[in-house]
Amino acid sequence: MFQVKNKFIRQLFGSFMDLLPIFVVIFVFQLFILHKPIPNLGDIAVGTAFVVLGLTLFIQGLEKSLFPIGETMAYAFSKKGSISWLLLFAFSLGFGTTAAEPALIAVADEAARIAADGGMIEQTELAKNDYAFGLRFTVAFSVGIAILLGVLRIIRGWPLHYLIIPGYMGVVIMTFFAPDAIIGIAYDSGGVTTSTITVPLVTALGVGLASAIRGRNPMTDGFGLIAFASLTPMIFVMAYGMIL
Amino acid sequence: MSLLNEILSTLLSTLRDVTPIILVIVFFQLVVIRKPFSHFKNLVTGMFYVILGMTFFLVGLDKALFPLGTTMAEQLTNPNFINPSTDQSISIAWQDYYWVYIFGACIGFATTLAEPALIAVAIKAQQISGGTIKAWYLRLAVSIGVAVGISLGTYRIVTGIDLYVFIIAGYIIVIIQTIFSPKLIIGLAYDSGGVTTSTVTVPLVTALGIGLASSIPGRNPLLDGFGLIAFASLFPIMAVLAYAQFADWINNRARLKQTNQEGE
Repeated sequence: MFQVKNKFIRQLFGSFMDLLPIFVVIFVFQLFILHKPIPNLGDIAVGTAFVVLGLTLFIQGLEKSLFPIGETMAYAFSKKGSISWLLLFAFSLGFGTTAAEPALIAVADEAARIAADGGMIEQTELAKNDYAFGLRFTVAFSVGIAILLGVLRIIRGWPLHYLIIPGYMGVVIMTFFAPDAIIGIAYDSGGVTTSTITVPLVTALGVGLASAIRGRNPMTDGFGLIAFASLTPMIFVMAYGMIL
Repeated sequence: MSLLNEILSTLLSTLRDVTPIILVIVFFQLVVIRKPFSHFKNLVTGMFYVILGMTFFLVGLDKALFPLGTTMAEQLTNPNFINPSTDQSISIAWQDYYWVYIFGACIGFATTLAEPALIAVAIKAQQISGGTIKAWYLRLAVSIGVAVGISLGTYRIVTGIDLYVFIIAGYIIVIIQTIFSPKLIIGLAYDSGGVTTSTVTVPLVTALGIGLASSIPGRNPLLDGFGLIAFASLFPIMAVLAYAQFADWINNRARLKQTNQEGE
């Protein structure tokens, strides 16, 4: 019991150290560069305690749930030997986790406003909602495709950069043809799709698959799923902007 | 009371985010794999920790960091702060925004270091590599990448250079680095671009971008405010590849030294 408690306290301390730099930056800038006092010290103290506790709980839960789930499912699928089910799982995981992603919802609404202001779509609520929904669906679909493609790559053992580099080139080429207003949003949507809960799960899935399949190295083959998930949304969102 | 409300509403929205993930997993486990979950109790407690942890993390950020961080981003980009003289005829040059670049770098570095998704990937990488890749060094490399990325991204907003110029140049550098990097690190390096920008970094960086774009004449906050995230996703790839090349170089030198000594 003492051991467990001790470990928890150690992790609390670790989380505190992880967060310390943010506070140092904010306090230094507030006090010495903006020359302003720190407001609401009480709120900050409570908030800090929450953040530290939250991060510690999250990391504990990670090792207990998200990592093992991803890995055991990878093993179970590879034992079952059904590639099509595995690919369907990969797609659903990518699609399902992205469609409801709050950061994406925010970006999509913002994008709809830009599109309406720029005259690309009608200046009505309905048109904007349609546009935002279409964009969200596009990104979610593209992340589904990304995880599917990434899993297929692990199964086949294709080198990652053979797929990623042509992907980059695709992004570059499409940039020249896509409407200007969509480019920034497209680039950003690559970054916002991968949430804090999806990342550990998908990483564990990839690493688990690479360990379960003979001849794959978890280090070289296991990583890379997130890379696909940040790349395909850029391509699909630019395509979305070009079609509309 | 309001704190309790805030916790409850954050808990609900976290649950909503997690539900599709749980549904997909449960469906495939029961319908396709057709086996009960092993260590079911452990998984449930773990999931409970994850949800509770995310909730506290988000509420805490909202209380302690985001209000101060976002007003700070607005204040630092305010023309009155950049150019305190009352003489409006002196136009502001890009150099005058130096505090913005420094703040961008510092806040990008600090928030990335605390990013839970990155911590998760770093833990996994350390496990898989058997300790050859140190979680802490990896996080440090990624954070440095984000710091450079945000700093350059704010510079881009100030100067108004097109976003794609930087992104395309960045891709070319990444491709060249990929050719010369140890193959073992490539997947991890590409992944680290995607994990940097989630819970902690995005709100603060977005506030910085939008604040900056709205304070500079001729910039459209809706158009130019975007793009910082793209910088924060691209530069970590370069930083991690560079870290791997550097580590490789050190190892090779040590090995060479050792074989030389053994030869004597």
